[in-house]
Amino acid sequence: MEPFTTLEAAAMPIDQPNLDTDQIIPARFLGKPRSMQIEALFKDLRAKPDFVMNQPGFAGAKIIVAERNFACGSSRENAVTVMMDNGFQAFIAPSFGDIFFNNCFQNGALPIRLAPARAAEIRAALHAKPGSPVKIDLVSQTVTGPDGKTDRFDIDSFRKDCLLKGVDEINLTLSYDAEITRFEAKQQQEMSWL
Amino acid sequence: MAAQTLFDKIWDAHVVADLGSGMALLAIDRHIMHDLGGGRGLKQLRESGRKVRNPEMVFATPDHAVSSEPGRTSETTELSSGYMKLLREETTHHGIQLFDLGQPGQGIVHVIGPEMGISLPGSTVVCGDSHTCTHGALGAMAWGIGSSELLHVLATQTLPQTKPKRMRVTFTGRLPEGVQSKDIMLYLIGHLGAAAGAGAAVEFAGPTIRNLSMEARLSLCNLSIEMGARFGMIAPDDTTLEYLAGREFAPKGALWDQAVASWRALPSDEGSVFDREESVDISAIAPQITWGTSPQDVVGVDGAIPDPAAADGASRRFEMETALRYMGLEPLKPIAGTPIDRVFIGSCTNSRIEDLRQAAAIARGRRVDARVTAWVVPGSYNVMKAAEAEGLDTVFRSAGFEWREPGCAQCAAANGEVVAPGERIVSTSNRNFVGRQGPGARTHLASPALAAAAAIAGSITDPRRLA
Repeated sequence: MEPFTTLEAAAMPIDQPNLDTDQIIPARFLGKPRSMQIEALFKDLRAKPDFVMNQPGFAGAKIIVAERNFACGSSRENAVTVMMDNGFQAFIAPSFGDIFFNNCFQNGALPIRLAPARAAEIRAALHAKPGSPVKIDLVSQTVTGPDGKTDRFDIDSFRKDCLLKGVDEINLTLSYDAEITRFEAKQQQEMSWL
Repeated sequence: MAAQTLFDKIWDAHVVADLGSGMALLAIDRHIMHDLGGGRGLKQLRESGRKVRNPEMVFATPDHAVSSEPGRTSETTELSSGYMKLLREETTHHGIQLFDLGQPGQGIVHVIGPEMGISLPGSTVVCGDSHTCTHGALGAMAWGIGSSELLHVLATQTLPQTKPKRMRVTFTGRLPEGVQSKDIMLYLIGHLGAAAGAGAAVEFAGPTIRNLSMEARLSLCNLSIEMGARFGMIAPDDTTLEYLAGREFAPKGALWDQAVASWRALPSDEGSVFDREESVDISAIAPQITWGTSPQDVVGVDGAIPDPAAADGASRRFEMETALRYMGLEPLKPIAGTPIDRVFIGSCTNSRIEDLRQAAAIARGRRVDARVTAWVVPGSYNVMKAAEAEGLDTVFRSAGFEWREPGCAQCAAANGEVVAPGERIVSTSNRNFVGRQGPGARTHLASPALAAAAAIAGSITDPRRLA
């Protein structure tokens, strides 16, 4: 996995609250190979000319600044990978679907929760001047908007460390093999009905 | 020791290692896989040179991609043919129990887990599907995972997790006539919003819950994710034990007695502290139906379509206007009487025997409106056989419903069974998202009784009128 440290890039605003993963990638594309899913991103939304991704000013954006409950719904990890394959590496919103939030870390993408008012402020600035950059620094846990204002965000130290180093979580867990084996023996005793 | 919640007790019993900052490496007791992600995950694991750590803790069944057409096989569609071939090959290679088409145990993952006694109180259950919260109705800690986490569980039988916040929702009041657990949960989501449970594990409690059957509890917990919560749980009680006793994979004999002793200690202790508490009185609500494109967009079937002009804030107004445009509905008109094209009774929310009985009670001796295509898709092979033994299939068929084969079918239409653009459907599933049941499909979520009533009337109808 590629490490994530800092990212300064154009950001794309999405104003629709509760934008679910079915809209990010409809179920009918889930069976296709990843290389063929790229075109499926926001498939039905993109059919509308006024959708933000159809506006030339946001081409090349690497960050999405969304509304509350972004990427709620289905657990499909394709929602993360299809956005990454389209160049997006970080997502900022007041809140996220919990499963999507977890899936981001598995792919080296960074989801950031910011206060609703601040997220709205950044989206407004991006609409006013498409192509404006947003700067993310994972080490200092800060986001700087197009207005130059900087906010701090929270992240679990474990998740942060994994992202900064680009760690494969399975390998990390396998280093706990002795603990897992010990747990299994204990559970066999205490919860033998399982 | 300090008072502990149901969730805390199960969490603590599964911590393999503390990872710091509120994260822990958790042991996973049960992993249920489906056709969309299971075969592919197992293949990836094999190709990476890794093995399944505990194959006896993993179960698989086809549900998402299979056709629901009567008499279907894995070859009915090209789509399911590919998924089934992979799932069969890989489960055989890794020594994982597969409940194949036409076998007892086949069905929607969230129907078969409880029904087969695979999911148990006090256990951790994962599945690569967001509605895994369903199994929490048994007093399990059950949650949906992504495809990377699926590989992680296969390889290690553990998962690093952030401990969620604790939330409790207490339902009070007697369930009104004609109102089902689906209705009270939709009402709750409408009341609190689709993100209310984000970052939380929700325990559902109170006298209303205690009086619900296991099937009704499963429907309720199923919708936890629609309020943003990955975990929805109900403490085990006599209803839970009666439901589980004798199920194929449930413990037997002396092990059953040990299990029961440990399950009796699971309910949240007196004085447990929750980060958030909500209480809702359901004694006066009507059967619910959604009008928009999020499960929170819900009204009583005797109510009117809401007016975006009255919305709380610009963002909500924008969301409501967008939803009404997509749904082709006008504000302030009564929702009842809206003509429909299709009805779908099925999905991991409402495809269990009780759901089918409730729908059949409305359908019995009546006819589906000539303009409506109505499907009944039982949730599992066992549900199908039980319904047929009671003659419910005959009730549905003689009323003009199609009686189909078990699977997820039209809920996510991942098997290609899409609703056509612009078609309006009353569906007992869980998501009315834009394009969920097909591009341009207009979904209204409701209970099995309301869906059956709508099929008969040809429009959105109060099921209490036909009861």
